[in-house]
Amino acid sequence: MKLSAFMYSVRQGLKNIWRNKIFSLASVATMICCIMMFGIFYAIVANMNHVVQEAEQGVAVVVYFDEGTTEEQVAAIGDQIRAKTDIVSEVEYVSAEEAWIEFVGDYFKDNPELASGFEQDNPLANSNHYSIYLNDVAKQDELVKEIEQMEGVQRVDSNQMVADVLSDFNAVLGYFSMGIVVLLLAVAVFLISNTVAVGISVRKNEISIMKLIGATDFFVRAPFVIEGVVIGLVGSLLPITILYFIYKQVVQFVEMRFGFLTGIISFLPAGQIFGVLLPVGLLIGIGIGFLGSFLTIRKHLRV
Amino acid sequence: MIRMEHVSKAYTTGNPAVNDITLEINQGEFVFIIGNSGAGKTTLFKLLLKELEPTSGTITVAGQDLGAMKRREIPKFRRNIGCVFQDFRLLQDRNLYDNIAFAQYVIEENPRVIKRAVPAALASVGLAEKYKALPSELSGGEQQRVALARALVNKPQLLMADEPTGNLDPQNAWEIMKLLEKINEDGTTVLVVTHNREIVDAMKKRVIMLEEGKIVSDVSEGGYSHEA
Ligand SMILES: Nc1ncnc2c1ncn2[C@@H]1O[C@H](COP(=O)(O)OP(=O)(O)OP(=O)(O)O)[C@@H](O)[C@H]1O
Ligand SMILES: [Mg+2]
Repeated sequence: MKLSAFMYSVRQGLKNIWRNKIFSLASVATMICCIMMFGIFYAIVANMNHVVQEAEQGVAVVVYFDEGTTEEQVAAIGDQIRAKTDIVSEVEYVSAEEAWIEFVGDYFKDNPELASGFEQDNPLANSNHYSIYLNDVAKQDELVKEIEQMEGVQRVDSNQMVADVLSDFNAVLGYFSMGIVVLLLAVAVFLISNTVAVGISVRKNEISIMKLIGATDFFVRAPFVIEGVVIGLVGSLLPITILYFIYKQVVQFVEMRFGFLTGIISFLPAGQIFGVLLPVGLLIGIGIGFLGSFLTIRKHLRV
Repeated sequence: MIRMEHVSKAYTTGNPAVNDITLEINQGEFVFIIGNSGAGKTTLFKLLLKELEPTSGTITVAGQDLGAMKRREIPKFRRNIGCVFQDFRLLQDRNLYDNIAFAQYVIEENPRVIKRAVPAALASVGLAEKYKALPSELSGGEQQRVALARALVNKPQLLMADEPTGNLDPQNAWEIMKLLEKINEDGTTVLVVTHNREIVDAMKKRVIMLEEGKIVSDVSEGGYSHEA
């Protein structure tokens, strides 16, 4: 298609929208609602995920060794664990001395002199261990089983329940939001498709003349596809822009009013949220607009 | 220009609308097609435009075998043919200039060409100064002249007019016919369906008469009177 023909299609597409104001407006409004809800949802889910991930960081798997395991063996185990970069985010070695110091700090804080009697004979002599932090708690179970098989490992402590709850929560949240978004998008496709169908019926006469004169199928269809895409574009750009400012306000408001929450909840910065939401939202909007008009054209414009 | 061999077209119900027609029309001819209502004249046009597929027979237009033509080749093919109808079929929402420019945009013509061709086409039907008017502001005769300008602006080899004067008074009908004759003199093959006895008799052109889908007469300098 030549540029001039493309520009003609764009002009016709925009004219369609204008001539068909009421329906176009309804489609844009629905689109705005859909993308708005999608955006709100995404912002919530992303922040929840963020909170969950931070919680995940705190979950550690602890690996203890058999009595008499040499330092070389311990180091070898550490290397093996570190190699699992898809599950493990960090491996920390805690020696028996450090374990003792930590223990003293926790339990003899108020009277350290009581602990000094043990100095020559560390009661935690066998408590040197690895603390392993994961980047995906869902795979904790698998990791624990593997480490238990390793030579020189005595036992592996983990808190499976915390891991299970966190990963389940993540999954449920994901499915739930996916479900709602898919539903909303179906509504949007339906509405755009209706708008384009009205546009086609209004222009039946014009279309039949075009075909007689020798317009290609592509040329006949282009204005309607453009109509759908423009509706999708406006219907997604507008709510995302609005949402951007609302999000900033809300974060500011919550952090001011509910300062005590900051230890538990930390918001993702607006830039990070909208760095994803803007391209994804535009893609969805334009995609829905394209799909809605394309399907309708195929049904009603058998050229 | 046109060759039809044993062409029949039956709609799903009733007798065939076009029944075993064989005919040849050469480049540069001016041909009237006459016949009673329901004789199959419009069906014949639709077959030539490949709007309809014949039930049997072969059709060749402008050197192309319509039966062998692929769907995506139809638009290019139709650019060889200009069409005019009894009801004008102008776009009511735009002025004359845009109505004619439309025909050129549709075939993806260069905008610079369009700027020159549209006023020329309007001038050729004597409506150059009315380019800003809407179709609803024109008389029937003027509207048909615009339709004619639109059919001609893409310089077709063949012009087909289905009862172009059906809605016009005698004077306007004559004006349209004179325009068609002039277009023909400039080299375009012209096919006109009409019920206008007086015009057919006066113009002394080739006349093909249909009856119940068959050609019942084909006379080179004929008139409506051959009917009897
Ligand atoms: N779409 C259709 N479906 C079924 N039958 C049709 C269809 N179009 C036309 N016919 C029938 O085919 C026959 C020829 O119709 P056609 O329109 O070709 O006649 P015509 O010569 O153009 O008549 P008129 O002078 O009234 O315009 C008629 O009997 C008509 O009823
Ligand atoms: Mg007819």
